[in-house]
Amino acid sequence: MSDRQPLSRDVQSARLDSAQYDENFSDLHAPLDWHEAKVEAERCYFCYDAPCMTACPTSIDIPLFIRQIAADNPTGSAKTIFNQNIMGGMCARVCPTETLCEEVCVREEAEGKPVKIGQLQRYATDHFMEGDRPHPFTRKAATGKKVAIVGAGPAGMSCAHHLAREGHDVTVFEARNKAGGLNEFGIASYKSTENFAQREIEFLLEIGGIEIKTGQRLGQEIALDQLASDYDAVFLGLGLKNTNRLNLEGEDAPGCEDAIDYIAALRQAEDKSSLSVGRNVVVIGGGMTAIDIAIQTKLLGAENVTICYRRGQDAMNASLYEQELAQTHGVKIMHWRQPNSIQLNGQGEVCGLEVETTSNEGGKLSGTGEMQIIQADQIFKAIGQKFDSSLLSDHQVELEHGRIKVSDTRQTSHQKIWAGGDCIVGGEDLTVVAVEDGKVAAQHINSVLQG
Amino acid sequence: MADLTSNFLGISSPNPFWLASAPPTDKAYNVERAFEAGWGGVVWKTLGSEGPPVVNVNGPRYGAIYGHDRHLIGLNNIELITDRDLYVNLKEITEVKKRWPDRAIIVSLMVPCEEESWKAILPLVEETGADGIELNFGCPHGMSERGMGAAVGQVPEYIQMVTEWCKKYYSKPVIVKLTPNITDVRYPARAAKNGGADAVSLINTINSIVEVDLDNFAPVPTIDGKGSHGGYCGPAVKPIAMNMVSEIARDQETAGLPISGIGGITTWRDAAEFISLGCGNVQVCTAAMTYGFKVVQEMITGLSDWMDEKGIKSIDEFVGRAVPNVTDWKYLNLNYVTKAKINQDLCIECGRCYIACEDTSHQAITNMLDGKRHFEVIDEECVGCNLCVNVCPVDDCITMEAIDGTDPRTGKPVDPEYANWTTHPNNPSAKTEAAE
Repeated sequence: MSDRQPLSRDVQSARLDSAQYDENFSDLHAPLDWHEAKVEAERCYFCYDAPCMTACPTSIDIPLFIRQIAADNPTGSAKTIFNQNIMGGMCARVCPTETLCEEVCVREEAEGKPVKIGQLQRYATDHFMEGDRPHPFTRKAATGKKVAIVGAGPAGMSCAHHLAREGHDVTVFEARNKAGGLNEFGIASYKSTENFAQREIEFLLEIGGIEIKTGQRLGQEIALDQLASDYDAVFLGLGLKNTNRLNLEGEDAPGCEDAIDYIAALRQAEDKSSLSVGRNVVVIGGGMTAIDIAIQTKLLGAENVTICYRRGQDAMNASLYEQELAQTHGVKIMHWRQPNSIQLNGQGEVCGLEVETTSNEGGKLSGTGEMQIIQADQIFKAIGQKFDSSLLSDHQVELEHGRIKVSDTRQTSHQKIWAGGDCIVGGEDLTVVAVEDGKVAAQHINSVLQG
Repeated sequence: MADLTSNFLGISSPNPFWLASAPPTDKAYNVERAFEAGWGGVVWKTLGSEGPPVVNVNGPRYGAIYGHDRHLIGLNNIELITDRDLYVNLKEITEVKKRWPDRAIIVSLMVPCEEESWKAILPLVEETGADGIELNFGCPHGMSERGMGAAVGQVPEYIQMVTEWCKKYYSKPVIVKLTPNITDVRYPARAAKNGGADAVSLINTINSIVEVDLDNFAPVPTIDGKGSHGGYCGPAVKPIAMNMVSEIARDQETAGLPISGIGGITTWRDAAEFISLGCGNVQVCTAAMTYGFKVVQEMITGLSDWMDEKGIKSIDEFVGRAVPNVTDWKYLNLNYVTKAKINQDLCIECGRCYIACEDTSHQAITNMLDGKRHFEVIDEECVGCNLCVNVCPVDDCITMEAIDGTDPRTGKPVDPEYANWTTHPNNPSAKTEAAE
């Protein structure tokens, strides 16, 4: 243990003036204006069998939508995007394009500067959604078939939209009081400003035939058995629930928090100054959640924010771009550090984190015994989440590695139940992958329902 | 250092870059700014007959087409000749010439197609001390409706007739400016020569509508809901101009007739190309109107540096050097066989060569190798057309390589001897050795 006495704990709300909060939580990237979009669009080479299109989990026809922008048709461009991905607006904001479409852009190969595909996609979709335009799709004649969707996140809502287009009646059951899932509760604030997640849900509902019921928890207000018998098909877009535990003493002490919960509260806070944040913040983890909580606590006025990750930079799940984003916001990233003990003050509150240096010997991570205490008024756990398999305690649906097992068409072991998003095996924790899961499942559900 | 001095028609100027007759040369203020910036000469904007000046529209008079990032590549205009009083122009020309004796000042003229009109104006121009005149037989809009400009330039007999009058009433060089709005530019050029012209200049602007406003369905520029065709110029017209220049340079009947090259010249390279096709000097307008007079500094230094690298000491040394290499299709060597070659280190795998060849040409490029994205030329199919080179976004990534030995496409040996269509067995009118 350290022989240093921790300073008094400093956790406060309203660290900044209100103008500073507004500035800090405004758009990460200012949207492109018309001229910027046109110039950027004209950089696209309109590749044959374009690598960007292959890299997009939803297979958006990127060269075509970009060419439509360049040719003064942003409305048509948005339709091209929505045709493959009805949540193209959110994906434009949150996709790690640097590891998807933009990573394989031939301009990246040629000059290290890919076409700004994400920002162009946002330009087109914003143009469409901000104008008073009719919904880009028309619902087919009602089929009389009913589908239940559990979870109003990206997977569920994508699935709902595709099924509604085909004329099926869709009921979405959402446990929370609001639809949107991680788009609403999980994405960093500066990526989804001006209530975009809700605006996107409203846009999506314009298709008609979708009813959202909130406060409907699986296993409580609703039961899977009942849904499977009452509806012609069920889609599970459940997401993940439980954050993994550190299994350290003091984990439940005041000041040791779950990053996911804090981000959700932050997203829902009308007034960011109401959020309490420590002067010294330590984040444990190496993924997108770690980056998001680190940057946002910094933006809330934390003075020192340190991410501790137990492996090296290469192993971080957060992309290099995201890591740099954290660093340019003043976040310190410490690699090869694992938490050893949580330091508590006399009141039993968090005041520091003792970390142990790690090394990777022959593929096995181990502590070196070298300890260090980092002063911390708050510790955020961002070490991954698990699927809450107790939701499916009736064993109707087969699991694998703790998540739901699905076929290529996202059908589970149960003939009437499909699943997608983070709750399935192989889920990549990406909005765009969830949207694709919902779409693929809907296509199969439709073909089954159409006989 | 290369000597850029130009002695076109005996008119001395420090460099071969003149501003063409156009808005930039309408008055002393602009012309003197041009000289300060380094332009070798100007052709003063076209003067008309004495009397009330022409009037211009009071709405927009230019329209444009753009490349990427609003890069202006073509401009059209519906402006007429000078709308300033004749005597104001003559006075300014006289004063500017006195102040800038080392620069060339040519006066562009357009008066009715009657001998009296020319007889009246030419002595007035002579008095200014300007170095020569240029006959505006080219403007395709407005004035042509009144029997002037292109209306004259489209009738070789008129060109010859007016040129003769000018030679009769004016002592200094007469340059005839030609319109491209004709089918064969050699006829007006021959007429100019037959009329005694000292030189021709070309091209004037091309009849054009550059844009239709799709909100009110009218051509741009739009004047109160209507539009008129204008004269097209700028980088986009350069290929058309260079072809016409070369036609005149190659024509036996006009051989040796000095040419002042005009048409989209924007950089030193454009100028060098025109000069190599037979132009004694060049005239520029759109580049100056787009970027200001300073562009001439790039042209002067660029031409000079290039000449130094090539060991060319004077402009005259390379005037027309490319002309012998401009030939008719029928004389091209049909035994010259090329194949495209893709440099895999430079290739960024955009696939445009593949799709251009696959969809629109000869199916001579692969898009896959061992299941991986890969673009390579299939020599057995490649006809050497160059389309892949043209659509490739990377400089020098695809090159055309001449081959010898056997052509994999035809399976026949490549004949090292020159042979053209005139003797080709497939040519019904091939010149064969007399059978009798």
